[in-house]
Amino acid sequence: MGKEDINFEKAMENLEQIANELEKGDLDLDSSVAKFEEGMKLSKKCSEILENAEKKITILLQKDGELVEEDFENDEQ
Amino acid sequence: MEYKPISVTELNMYVKEKFQQDEFLNNVLVKGEISNFKHHYTGHMYFTLKDENSLIKCVMFKTYTANLNFIPKDGMKVVILGTVSVFERDGVYQIYAKAMKQDGIGDLYAEYERLKAKLENEGLFDASHKKKIPIMPKCIGVLTSNTGAVIRDIINVSTRRNPNVYIKLLPVPVQGKDAAPKIVSAISLMNEKKLADVIIVARGGGSLEDLWPFNEEIVARAIYDSEIPIISAVGHETDFTIADFVADLRAPTPSAAAELAVANIDDVKERLHIYNNRYKTALKKKVELMRLRFEKCMKSRAFSNPLQNINEQYMLLDKKVKGIENAIKIKLKDSRTKMVKEIARIDALSPLKTLIRGYSITELNGKIVKSSKSLKANDQIILKFIDGENRAKIL
Repeated sequence: MGKEDINFEKAMENLEQIANELEKGDLDLDSSVAKFEEGMKLSKKCSEILENAEKKITILLQKDGELVEEDFENDEQ
Repeated sequence: MEYKPISVTELNMYVKEKFQQDEFLNNVLVKGEISNFKHHYTGHMYFTLKDENSLIKCVMFKTYTANLNFIPKDGMKVVILGTVSVFERDGVYQIYAKAMKQDGIGDLYAEYERLKAKLENEGLFDASHKKKIPIMPKCIGVLTSNTGAVIRDIINVSTRRNPNVYIKLLPVPVQGKDAAPKIVSAISLMNEKKLADVIIVARGGGSLEDLWPFNEEIVARAIYDSEIPIISAVGHETDFTIADFVADLRAPTPSAAAELAVANIDDVKERLHIYNNRYKTALKKKVELMRLRFEKCMKSRAFSNPLQNINEQYMLLDKKVKGIENAIKIKLKDSRTKMVKEIARIDALSPLKTLIRGYSITELNGKIVKSSKSLKANDQIILKFIDGENRAKIL
């Protein structure tokens, strides 16, 4: 997360919008290239979010009035 | 004394008659728990009604089962209206049930309907208030029991769809008196500390009483007030709790809730891949279009033979110059002809011509003398001839 913390919904919306603008074809070549690069960068960022996510199954427990997050032991796994 | 025994049939008939003569047994209302329930293929229901100490066989014939508004199950507490009678063949007495309802359920059901109507009126179920479930929540909060199948199902389905999923389980009791307030404080804790991007409130199947915490007003209001979107997954597909109506999304089962909360990672990757392809195709098309336009431009006359235009202009200029030259020439020729004519005319009138013929011109003081009277004696005159002049004096 951290600075890569972009809103996935927004990103997906932007990806769609960029695709539509590019496909409409009325941009000049420079703007088309710029949009293309913007789209590729954004989709790469989204992929990275997916790749970099880490599996975590935790359980929140109250211990001495504090909320503690611990690994949740799942018998089946 | 002679023994006069009766047959078993006669005995059972006798007992049966005794039962039939008893008004109370003909119309008895009895409560208990169902066990050994069998729904026979003929449509009749056979089961045992029991309490802690005792049991009695029951049968409900097809004619009456059609009126039931629930499906009886083992463990269910019911009230039965029926007749107690003897089954002669087996020599047992049993209840012939005519009607049956779930015990205690009537009150709960009325309460459910009352609360549902009230909250619906208040707008707690309004679609406009429902929040969107995020596509890729970073963290999924699950409020359910930390034991049992529900959390396991949710974890299994979630990790299958996205192996890198982040699930936080906040354990809560899901039945009994304590459940509702605990669920409420769990929801507010989740919100207060922003512990998740979406919350699943889940419970496995059970009787209306078991599911009751999810029909409580405080739970409904906590769900409504939650800033974090909530997916409810309570009971089976056929169970609708008040929590289901208030939640931002209702899942028919806990597994389904996991499917709704966790995006299938392969689908998302596929979508990203499709976008990349769309971009590439669109840009390629754009470049191809530009190339075609460029080629068309270069094929135009201006670019293919840039000197042509200039040459054409040169030719035009040359033509014009030539035209002007011709005009001047013609004018010059005309002028010359005219001049020759004029000269000839002048020539004809010239006095010299007269002189040639032998005439002479007399001049006095540079003026031509036209009359003899203008001369007097001793005037010095000049006589002009064709070949020269002579001075003379008048006598």
